[in-house]
Amino acid sequence: MAHEAAHDHHDDHHHAPQGFFQRWVMSTNHKDIGTLYLIFSLTMFFIGGSFAMVIRAELFKPGLQLVQPYFFNEMTTMHALVMIFGAIMPSFVGLGNWMIPLMIGAPDMALPRMNNLSFWILPFAFALLLSTLFLPGGGPAGGWTMYPPLSLQSGSLAYAVFAIHLMGISSIMGAINIIATILNMRAPGMDLLKMPVFVWSWLITAFLLIAVMPVLAGAVTMLLTDKYFGTSFFNPHGGGDPVLYQHVFWFFGHPEVYIMILPAFGIISEIIPTFARKPIFGYRAMVYAIACIAFLSFIVWAHHMFAVGMPVGADIFFMYATMLIAVPTGVKVFNWVATMWGGSMTFETPMLFAIAFVILFTIGGFSGLMLALVPADFQYHDTYFVVAHFHYVLVTGAAFAIMAATYYWLPKWTGHMYSEFWGKVHFWCSVVFVNVLFFPQHFLGLAGMPRRIPDYNVAFADFNMISSIGGFLFGASQLIFLGVIVHCAFFSKKKATDRVWEGARGLEWTLPSPPPHHSFTVPPVVHDEELAHGHVSD
Amino acid sequence: MAQQHDIYYVPSKSQWPIVAAVVMFLTMFGAAHWLNAEPGESGFGKTVITLGAVGVIGMFFGWFHSVIKESLAGLYNPQVDTSFRMGMMWFIFSEVMFFGAFFGALFYIRNFSVPWLGGEGHGVLTHQFLYDSYSGAWGAAGGNGPLHVGGPFSTVAPWGLPLLNTVILLSSSVTVTIAHHALRGGHRGRILLFLGLTVLLGASFLFFQAHEYMEAYKELNLTLHSGVYGSTFFMLTGFHGLHVTLGTIMLAVIWLRVLKGHFSKEHHFGFEAVAWYWHFVDVVWLCLFLFVYIL
Amino acid sequence: MTSGSIRTDAPRTHRGRTAGIRRIVAASLALVLALGAGLAQADPHPWQLNMTRGSTTWSGEAYFLNNVALGVCVVIGVLVFGAMFIAMFRFRKSRGAVAEKWSHNTTVEIIWTAIPVIILVVLAWMSTGGLVSFANTTGAQMTVKVTGYQWKWRYDYVDYLGKPVSKVDYMSKLDALSDKTRQLDSGMDPYAVKTGDENTYLLNVDKPLVLPIHTKIRFVITSDDVIHSWWVPEFGWKMDAIPGIVNTAWTNISKPGTYRGQCAELCGQDHGFMPIVVKAVSPEDFAKWLAAQQQANAPAAPAPAASAAAPATAQVAPAGSGEHG
Ligand code: HEA
Ligand code: HEA
Ligand code: CUA
Ligand SMILES: [Cu+2]
Repeated sequence: MAHEAAHDHHDDHHHAPQGFFQRWVMSTNHKDIGTLYLIFSLTMFFIGGSFAMVIRAELFKPGLQLVQPYFFNEMTTMHALVMIFGAIMPSFVGLGNWMIPLMIGAPDMALPRMNNLSFWILPFAFALLLSTLFLPGGGPAGGWTMYPPLSLQSGSLAYAVFAIHLMGISSIMGAINIIATILNMRAPGMDLLKMPVFVWSWLITAFLLIAVMPVLAGAVTMLLTDKYFGTSFFNPHGGGDPVLYQHVFWFFGHPEVYIMILPAFGIISEIIPTFARKPIFGYRAMVYAIACIAFLSFIVWAHHMFAVGMPVGADIFFMYATMLIAVPTGVKVFNWVATMWGGSMTFETPMLFAIAFVILFTIGGFSGLMLALVPADFQYHDTYFVVAHFHYVLVTGAAFAIMAATYYWLPKWTGHMYSEFWGKVHFWCSVVFVNVLFFPQHFLGLAGMPRRIPDYNVAFADFNMISSIGGFLFGASQLIFLGVIVHCAFFSKKKATDRVWEGARGLEWTLPSPPPHHSFTVPPVVHDEELAHGHVSD
Repeated sequence: MAQQHDIYYVPSKSQWPIVAAVVMFLTMFGAAHWLNAEPGESGFGKTVITLGAVGVIGMFFGWFHSVIKESLAGLYNPQVDTSFRMGMMWFIFSEVMFFGAFFGALFYIRNFSVPWLGGEGHGVLTHQFLYDSYSGAWGAAGGNGPLHVGGPFSTVAPWGLPLLNTVILLSSSVTVTIAHHALRGGHRGRILLFLGLTVLLGASFLFFQAHEYMEAYKELNLTLHSGVYGSTFFMLTGFHGLHVTLGTIMLAVIWLRVLKGHFSKEHHFGFEAVAWYWHFVDVVWLCLFLFVYIL
Repeated sequence: MTSGSIRTDAPRTHRGRTAGIRRIVAASLALVLALGAGLAQADPHPWQLNMTRGSTTWSGEAYFLNNVALGVCVVIGVLVFGAMFIAMFRFRKSRGAVAEKWSHNTTVEIIWTAIPVIILVVLAWMSTGGLVSFANTTGAQMTVKVTGYQWKWRYDYVDYLGKPVSKVDYMSKLDALSDKTRQLDSGMDPYAVKTGDENTYLLNVDKPLVLPIHTKIRFVITSDDVIHSWWVPEFGWKMDAIPGIVNTAWTNISKPGTYRGQCAELCGQDHGFMPIVVKAVSPEDFAKWLAAQQQANAPAAPAPAASAAAPATAQVAPAGSGEHG
């Protein structure tokens, strides 16, 4: 395309990246910042994963072999905090940073300096959080949900609270940036209902982030003042209520889980049409379904609290609202299948991950639906059935979508093809072992194994051992992922074409691979056939 | 400059984000260390916070200095302006949600937890087994819970200082709007006058608020420890007070910038952003006045 | 193959498929039922696949809903994943499939929005029934107060058959053998912790809660420190024990036996080590047991457990003050 010349020209009279420090630490470039986010989140995935390996190793067989119970609880807590706030969320922000400007024809993010701040807060926040593991009082060990009064017993609560404040500030700024970019920076002709579904999913996710991260900040602030400043929010002796914390936390927490899945929906909605070579089925329905899920996510929070002894009316309300979410989510699943139906499919690694996503996420959704049925949740709650549920939606949902996206866009980012062979090896290992890892946890939960315990009765031994073996193998498989990425970025000889995938549609594929440091400095003219997959005949 | 106007200005590399991240980290780390310090430990945490806080102030100066320079140089076209506006609007929305968490807590406590502890509805058994002499009333009669945490206290009467503060804040909203109109009309003297008035009104609000706090602590025995009444009262009004403080500082900065002639009739986003923020703070106060003081 | 031919043979495959699907559905339902049927047994056992049926008048609700929901999900899953796999085989480029152009179809979209709604309404209706019956704690013939502590349980017998019970209260904590075995590097074998021929590692206590069968028992559940959750899977529910708050739940046990459970809310380092054991006995045996307990405790000064455990701060109504009789 014609933009190329313009960028190059632009590049050399304007801030071509200089030293390493200047380029990466003082950056205002959405691509570099996106790369930083992605590297950071991959690092965090490995750190959080190592904690999970400690958990699985201790649970390998009955009896305590490796760690003290308190340390086990620290691992559970840190595993979740690192995975959620360090791995999944930043990687979506990284993908958004890289791709949104390219997809809508914007020169950069709307507020480039703030963009860099959003990123750089994160390493410091996690340094603060992880440092607690080395403090005399030990790290937070009350679970990622940090329910009082237990969490108030933690010696290092203040560190965790401030770390969460920092993460919240980072997420809010990131989300503001994404909204401003999408609403204000679209190239002429890129109407809202012509945007790629990924962009839509991020627009709505960003709204969720701005709406709920401050609420989390409020919740942990109340923890902080209850512990250090003598307030009584969660103390019934002073008129408060420990359950209040849970309400505030889950008002954040439930939208939070959709924050971790909506961008994944967006990614899958890009990949399936590309490899089915057929426009996405029901573009509008896909967009409305995301909006509908986002709306419902605000009125279901107490489904995490069916065992706290709420009034029946509240149980019933939250049960019904929760069940409703299956409808728009179902629409999405059916539309993905319908997109594949009548297509002309090939099965490169991104497509394999996308297909695995659709199946395994749906399984996670099914167990979610089962959890929503209050009388049954009286049994499921706080057992490994819940753990199985959320790992299906988070690992084979969110994390698989991120892996799919990585394979999908890596050639665009680096200008080189990754090794399809090793990509497929990574896929098959992951998809097999992840099920060995998490499927037996359904049985454990149904048989009565509570979550967050370091040791268990021998009746649970067999499935735990299977799960742990699956866990180690799944963990090891991720080293292949790392290998594929490093190979692609530094050693691959195979150049990527601009379009990379035969069926790829959308503005990002009109740029060279890799795109110039500054792209679309002059807004492109958007031709309808260049648009992503919707609206062909909609 | 002319051709700059139709391309979106993307700033080149900047040191401020990383500086900001470092000083924010120092502040938070220092605060955490300080809160966790054993009694008699050295003032390491305090030193770090101070360092961080001074750094934050310096960072803001530096960052805004570059922004103002770029703005005056005409680098920002209307599209950039829109980005700033959206940024500010969504930032204010996030603040609304932050206050929402505390208002939500107040709502839950008043409508559920305290009445339940007093034996209403869902709380029958709790009352019977644990707190059979607790009335579940709000305010001085029971807002500090069944164990009267913090001891007996009285509440602040809404129709004294709080009413005065309501009037002050409402009129400050009026003065800031007059200043805005003056800015659009290009009447410098009037801007300075009314914006200055706004700053003074903000400062006097803070003065009376501080006075009220002192009275509460000394005469009413209403403290942060006064059960959940004290918690909600001071956390809500306290966070609001903090926002008024920030808003007043921001208004003062804008006043100085008007003095320096930074704003034109068309180009004064900095002014507008602060005005929005001020209105937001005002609305929060109205909610506070209603839900914390009157009801 | 042209897109036209794909469309014309679609109905035929469709018919062929439904028969296949019916077989799969039947098979999976049979599997579900088999899982359920084989497992009407108390307490977890190796290779257990499904939730227990439970041993109380209500516990079947949770079990039934679980099975129905599981069945529904299996059926939907088979349909959706089946369609996907068919698509993946039929519409692959390597088989010469050419992509079609359509990208929506209002009729099918309405259908697959409406069908889930109907299914959900049915599930919601069934769950609501179970929930409402659970919420009804009236008509209880007995009250037991359960208090969670880090890391043990305290039981106070409050009233029985309309009469207040006094001074029957005790602590119940992990049995000594499990406790020794579970220490890091104890060198002891969890498989060796047995009661009879049942392995009770981490599922045994020094003093179980004794309850009569065929009696509607109301529990009032609270805690003295952090949140715990009182859970015996055979009863079909768990209920959080929250400091400063009293929750309630009920059960009516159908058959005598020993039912084991665990604390189900993270409560600190020994959360995994505060099991619950209920010994359900006939009402006659229970009456005898209760009388013996009262005798043993009556003459002595307040039982040590009681005085040690009385919450220092909360104004706990003395157990058995009779106000709820
Ligand atoms: C990405 C994250 C994610 C996602 C997408 C979801 C999705 C859902 N979740 Fe999940 N959930 C978590 C992450 C997530 N969850 C986490 C982390 C926890 C535990 C937190 C903690 O305690 O630590 C949790 C816990 C949790 C609970 C509390 C359990 C407990 O503690 O007792 C419940 C209860 O209702 C629940 C329900 C649901 C439902 C109904 C959905 C629905 O959105 C699912 C909808 C999807 C489908 C149903 C499948 C596709 C639909 C069709 C094919 C249509 C037809 C289907 C039918 C008609 C059945 N979840
Ligand atoms: C957001 C996402 C997320 C992700 C991606 C994961 C990923 C994994 N989780 Fe997750 N987990 C949560 C979110 C997540 N989890 C949450 C929210 C909780 C609840 C916490 C709470 O109760 O408070 C939880 C709790 C939780 C538990 C229950 C703990 C308990 O209740 O005590 C377990 C146990 O098996 C577990 C296991 C795993 C495993 C094995 C992985 C694997 O997928 C990880 C795979 C990755 C790696 C292993 C890293 C890469 C590889 C290496 C470092 C190489 C070296 C390794 C080898 C050679 C083996 N997790
Ligand atoms: Cu008590 Cu967990
Ligand atoms: Cu949820």
